[in-house]
Amino acid sequence: MKKAILVVLLISMFLIAGLGQASAETLELLTWKGYAPKVLVEKFEKETGITVKATFTNNEEMIAKLRATRGAGFDLAQPSQDRISSVQAKFKIYQPLDYSKITTSQIIPSMLDAVKKNTQVKGESHAVPFCWGTSGLIVNKKYAPEANDYSALFDKKYEGRVSYRLKRPTLIATAFSLGDDPFAKYGDVKAYKALMDQVQDTLVQGKPLVKNYWANGDALLQSMRSGEVYVAMAWDNGGWKLHRDNPEIDFVAPKSGALGWIDTFAIPAKAKNVEAAYKWINFMLRPENAAVFTNIEKCATASDGAIKLTDAAVRDNFERTFPKKDIDNINWYPPVPAKLESIEGKTMDKVKASK
Amino acid sequence: MFTLSPDKNMQTDLSVQNVTKKFEEFTAVDSVSFDVEQGRFFSILGPSGCGKTTLLRMIAGFTEPTDGIISIRGENMAGVVPNKRPVNLIFQHLALFPMMNVAENIAFGLQRQKVGRADIQKKTETILERVGLPGFAHKKIDQLSGGQKQRVAIARCLVLEPTVLLLDEPLGALDLKLRDQMKVELKKLQAKVGTTFVYITHDQSEALVMSDYVAVMNKGRFEQVDTPQNLYSNPSTPFTAQFVGDNNAWSGRLTGLSGNMATVVTPEGNSFTINTHGKTFAPDAGVDLFLRPEAMLIQPDPSMDQLNRFEVVVKAILFDGANSRLLATPLNSEKELIIGLPQNRQFDHIRPSDRIEIGWHGDSGICFPGKEGRS
Amino acid sequence: MKNHGRWYLFFFLTPILLWLFLMILLPHMDLLIMSFRAEDDFGEMVWSFANYLNFFEEPIYWATFARTALYSILVTVLTFIIALPVSFYITHVVAPKFSGFLMLLLLLPFWVSELVRVYGWMILLRESGVINHFLVQMGILDKPVEMLYNDATMILGLVYTSMLFMVVPLISVLESLDKSLIEAAYDLGANMWTILVRIIIPHSMPGIVSGSIVVFMLTLGNYLTPNLMGGKNSLWFTEQIYNQFIASFNWNQGSAFGFLLLILSSLIIWAGLKLTGQKLSKVVK
Repeated sequence: MKKAILVVLLISMFLIAGLGQASAETLELLTWKGYAPKVLVEKFEKETGITVKATFTNNEEMIAKLRATRGAGFDLAQPSQDRISSVQAKFKIYQPLDYSKITTSQIIPSMLDAVKKNTQVKGESHAVPFCWGTSGLIVNKKYAPEANDYSALFDKKYEGRVSYRLKRPTLIATAFSLGDDPFAKYGDVKAYKALMDQVQDTLVQGKPLVKNYWANGDALLQSMRSGEVYVAMAWDNGGWKLHRDNPEIDFVAPKSGALGWIDTFAIPAKAKNVEAAYKWINFMLRPENAAVFTNIEKCATASDGAIKLTDAAVRDNFERTFPKKDIDNINWYPPVPAKLESIEGKTMDKVKASK
Repeated sequence: MFTLSPDKNMQTDLSVQNVTKKFEEFTAVDSVSFDVEQGRFFSILGPSGCGKTTLLRMIAGFTEPTDGIISIRGENMAGVVPNKRPVNLIFQHLALFPMMNVAENIAFGLQRQKVGRADIQKKTETILERVGLPGFAHKKIDQLSGGQKQRVAIARCLVLEPTVLLLDEPLGALDLKLRDQMKVELKKLQAKVGTTFVYITHDQSEALVMSDYVAVMNKGRFEQVDTPQNLYSNPSTPFTAQFVGDNNAWSGRLTGLSGNMATVVTPEGNSFTINTHGKTFAPDAGVDLFLRPEAMLIQPDPSMDQLNRFEVVVKAILFDGANSRLLATPLNSEKELIIGLPQNRQFDHIRPSDRIEIGWHGDSGICFPGKEGRS
Repeated sequence: MKNHGRWYLFFFLTPILLWLFLMILLPHMDLLIMSFRAEDDFGEMVWSFANYLNFFEEPIYWATFARTALYSILVTVLTFIIALPVSFYITHVVAPKFSGFLMLLLLLPFWVSELVRVYGWMILLRESGVINHFLVQMGILDKPVEMLYNDATMILGLVYTSMLFMVVPLISVLESLDKSLIEAAYDLGANMWTILVRIIIPHSMPGIVSGSIVVFMLTLGNYLTPNLMGGKNSLWFTEQIYNQFIASFNWNQGSAFGFLLLILSSLIIWAGLKLTGQKLSKVVK
């Protein structure tokens, strides 16, 4: 008898749960950690009645997830602008955006145009910009006052106090530190392969100096904070977060140029709730909301006018790190052509396997 | 200290002096002393929980005595671990190694003594022959019968030529027929190899059949150490009298004493005369009588005088071949007596409820000072 | 009556067969097909052994596999060496009323996810971690040292993660070991080492083999622990599969690696069984 009651209870629980899910509209968001701050999610839910379910990941896994389902399972994704066109051409995981549904007036026009151009496949664009930032160095000035370029990552002075990701930004940065321009060789697979071999040698030689190849942003920040790591390659906003607590640690734009990235909004090919996706895009790019995001994550957005609404301390980060000439010096990622990924993959495997 | 046949020519293989073992508050073995001479078959007989296994494990070295000295061939064994003692133990369940075959089991101890390969093979063959298992070397343990396992276990120990072989009720797991057979075999084997055996058991027939000497153990103490014959005919304590062989216990009160012959009156009103064998009794003291079933004669010839005679009512006939008994009660009593029933057809007429006369001789009963007899 | 029996059989068998087919066989078939497809010089997908040949032609791939396999064997051996005394203690030394409690203690770490366990180790071992703090406080070390990100730490983590899978089968075989066998061996003149080698290990062989297979496979297939605790030098074969799928977008190569892992690890286990003269059917029983 007790068992029967239990079974009935369980079934009814499932039913209620199922009904609950069916009645409320949801937005399945595939994004980066920090890109869906709680305050904004709650505000959006209040405004539209749509529940946001966010899954946090990175560029590579985002592509793999959408490729596995051929663009299903998520309503909105946030890949970097350089990782869209070649992936789209090959795997067809996104759908063209209907720009008439997007309040383009609130987006910085130059950035919108650049992203539209870079994400074009067969004459149709697939993304709008959301936020941008750079990769460069986070430096503890107390221990490494002279570190001002990627070459510091391979400097014997900092043996055991260096950390970076074993991911493609590091390969690109290493190439720049060698005085080369990897972006210029994007079109020439052979030349790019030769450059990557050089990069590989540099990374293998520098391997004894590395404390570890970081995989988790929070863990890296913890290592910087505890003084275990002096020089790291990482995103600017991480450095700024640390600077707030410890003025000796700051983000440094490398001499050979910080790497500029733009993360976008793109709608997967088999998205269920496209309307909600457009609503979220317009909501997040609204200046007052974009400013909230920037204040929390220390990351600039493509929202026109949002910068005026951000905290002075956050604005100060940009001015301190990027004087006029450094802004011009930023190397913006061009779209990655196909085939480069497997060259880079092998390079990274070899670096990791070397002793 | 019990002294056994004081033959000074024989070497003492095992000497146990005032050995005591306490487990916290419980005293398992209480100041036990005995000597075993070379080549003897010595048994320790007692009910389960009497401390005999603890005693054996102390001799083997698995347990250290709380007090007292164990010496083997004059050497004090205190602090000597089991694998360094010149004794071997045959376990209750034999503990043959199932992962090895018969030859490997037997070779195990020899290998530990670093005996050469050829020697091991020779010794293994010899010992297998000796225990009657020639050609069994490559059999697996689980292919052997109970009796064969028994012999392998004995061979495994004997091949090491221990000074003393300890046996922990090794026949307990066998069925009755095989047990009777193994008793005889074990005795013969011991006589042949001449190794000193110390055997513990709760089965009095095993102890009586095989042993040169038997120690009766109760509650951690030795009650009596003697030859099997003496134990049976002259038990020195009521416990021995009752534990070794069947016995009818009967309590009474001393009413008269002339020389060694005492007159005892039972609660049922029977008056018996019994030889005290020199034991002293206070006047009017309680007396415990022990009468063996075979000491009681059924319908004795009237010509035999000096018999204690009384009448019983037959309750049941317990037929068991040569070991048949009568179950009977004295008149006006609930007390049950077991009476030997010789199978010579002379008493075939006896039926339950019959009233018959029983007689026994005053010399064939045993008496001990007892609790106050009921009058 | 006979028809009834058959009906029952179908009733209970169908879900299992469906599960096997839909959840296990079908995806694997897909991966298998994928592993035999590769791009030719013109960028067209064609049938090819290239993905498998890549493994043998590119030293880094098979070297990584060899390294992973050797370390997995080492982890298995170390786990066994630690698990045997632990299991013996639980089954034969400690009072039976405590053995359940000790088993519970062994199980306890497995109530949290592997990720949490690994982060726990990282908090303990990192340069600014708990152990370093105490060693410096007690004056044993002048300054903290980095204990993470080397092979020894990675093996420590893998052994820790594998412990239970060795202890459980060992406990179940050791429970059936008659204590008097050990005493008999001791009585016949054996020392502790001989008892271990001649009595305890032969008796425990089925448990040792099944525990070793499980630990070996789990270690070989582990991804988190080598990656997080091993740091920069710990390329594990599973990571290479992950990289093929995620970083290089080469699912075909990744599937081929997956099947190679399956085949090669099965071969290693088969060789191990042959070498120790064990039979899988006996172990499974």
